[in-house]
Amino acid sequence: MSATVIDDAPLPQRSFWQSTLRFCRRQPLGTFGLILVIVMAVTGFTAEWISPYNPTANDFAAMTEAPSWDHLLGTDQFGRDLMSRIIYGARTALIVGLTSAVVGGFSGLVIGVASAYFGGLTDLIIQRVSDIVMAFPLIIMALAVVSIFGPGVHNVILAITIPLIPRCSRVVRSSALTIRSMPYVDAARACGFGHTRIILRHMVPNVVAPFLIMVTSFVGQAILAEASLSYLGLGVQEPVPAWGLMLQGGAEEYASTAPWIAIFPGVAIMLAVLGINLFGDALRDALDPKLRER
Amino acid sequence: MYQYIIKRVLLTIPTLFGAAALVFLLMRLIPGDICLVRLGGGGASFDPKALIACHAEIGVDRPVIVQFLEFIWGLCRFDFGTSMWSGKPVATEILARLPISLEIALLATTVAVSIAIPLGAISALKQNTWIDVFVRIFAIGGIATPSFWLGIVSVLLVLDVTGWATGTPWMPPIDYVPIWKDPIRNLSMAILPAITVGYRYAAVSMRMTRSAMLEVMREDYIRTARAKGLINKIIINRHALKNALLPVVTLIGIEFAFLIGGLVVTEQVFNLNGVGRLFVQAVQNQDYTLTQALVMLTVAIFVFTNLVVDLLYGWLDPRIRFA
Repeated sequence: MSATVIDDAPLPQRSFWQSTLRFCRRQPLGTFGLILVIVMAVTGFTAEWISPYNPTANDFAAMTEAPSWDHLLGTDQFGRDLMSRIIYGARTALIVGLTSAVVGGFSGLVIGVASAYFGGLTDLIIQRVSDIVMAFPLIIMALAVVSIFGPGVHNVILAITIPLIPRCSRVVRSSALTIRSMPYVDAARACGFGHTRIILRHMVPNVVAPFLIMVTSFVGQAILAEASLSYLGLGVQEPVPAWGLMLQGGAEEYASTAPWIAIFPGVAIMLAVLGINLFGDALRDALDPKLRER
Repeated sequence: MYQYIIKRVLLTIPTLFGAAALVFLLMRLIPGDICLVRLGGGGASFDPKALIACHAEIGVDRPVIVQFLEFIWGLCRFDFGTSMWSGKPVATEILARLPISLEIALLATTVAVSIAIPLGAISALKQNTWIDVFVRIFAIGGIATPSFWLGIVSVLLVLDVTGWATGTPWMPPIDYVPIWKDPIRNLSMAILPAITVGYRYAAVSMRMTRSAMLEVMREDYIRTARAKGLINKIIINRHALKNALLPVVTLIGIEFAFLIGGLVVTEQVFNLNGVGRLFVQAVQNQDYTLTQALVMLTVAIFVFTNLVVDLLYGWLDPRIRFA
């Protein structure tokens, strides 16, 4: 009898495309964000083929030119095509944003789950160390790291990753604490499974929802932090095209005569972060309706 | 309550101590020898005696534990050593730049909070009306806009608008005058940086106020208040807002740290000689004593703000105190 009841109410199993379509229909703003993110990813990865000019080639015959059909977004003070630099800048932003968010997120995930799983002294020590690291504002910590290792793409990634780890581990830990007391974790331990197996196979998959939301917001934060560091001259260095770097120096100097140099890279940063945030908000609503802001 | 305050104040000590240890450790991670960098800047040869003298001057020839204890003892006495770049005491350098940064931070906080809370509350009360849509767009924009870019664009706008209106473009003054000497000059310098750095602050607090307010308005005690015939104004001010502001207070404390980070970049945009700019210069000049003092300062501000927020929270919500 009970078998029939179960047969009558099968669990909704949706394919990837079905759930994507559902997401798009329910979350129009999130879809808009997703589109922005996809556009950014595609331009970043295909920069070689779609950018009209070489982003680092100076053209002294065409300095600070206003947007035209030749240079859709104009040129900067060295005659470099802004459109091409923004397209390549998307790649830099993506590399820095994704790497720091993913590495910082995963390190935080493992540390957070381990902290909750082991409890006791381990938990206490990890939590106190997180407290200390979190007392450093993100950009301040990043500046301190850059001051030690010097600027450059790799060091910027490191500088942004480190402060993200405790922020992630804190959130993951609190979700993992509830999971730790679940009977299936006790069952796994009773079966004699090792710590690594229990953490990775039984606990980690169950904290994926808050983790994904967290990592999405990290990408946006990382892109903003990278832009700020590069703008200060302490991040990505010339001639690598980066949005923050494009706003440095020339942009302010020529702001009144050639405002496009200052405006377009900022719009690019804003759209990228906006897209990621909108998508992240929608993802949160879709994955965890309890967290929804009404 | 007193027990709670004492416990909370004592809890900041290990955090500050740990932060000091971390800063000390970080600064010892610097690859290579600081003295070699200073002396052999252009690859020129130098006197080995100068190297030993330099080591003695910075104090790196002594055991690490002695250096650490001295660093901590210095922090306790607010003695941060001398700047490796300018040779002046670090405390003098920081104190000279503090007023302008402090003023912008306070101005930004005041403006942001006094805009965010009423607008956030109204947007929640008038959910899905045009004002709600406006507030949400404003808030989403504030989180995505880099403050330094907003600074550049706002300066550009001010230049263009004043140039168009009066014929001569107006630039905010760049030298700092205390507010009690020339309030107009002082404010005309501080207001633009305060707005650009405060936009994110306002946006985040607005979002929080809105969602907290929406939640509170669905509570049973609001229905009870309505049912017993209270007028709307009292329900909102005394029952709803007071409870909705609890998470907002926490957020304001946390976001204050972002504000300090934002100041580092914003002062660069507006060419202001504040603490944030000093920080960037210290990092650029590899002035480690100054860098570690500034990092400690921001951490101390952050820990202190959190302390104040926690105490405020305990005062606003008696449940916390006894938990």
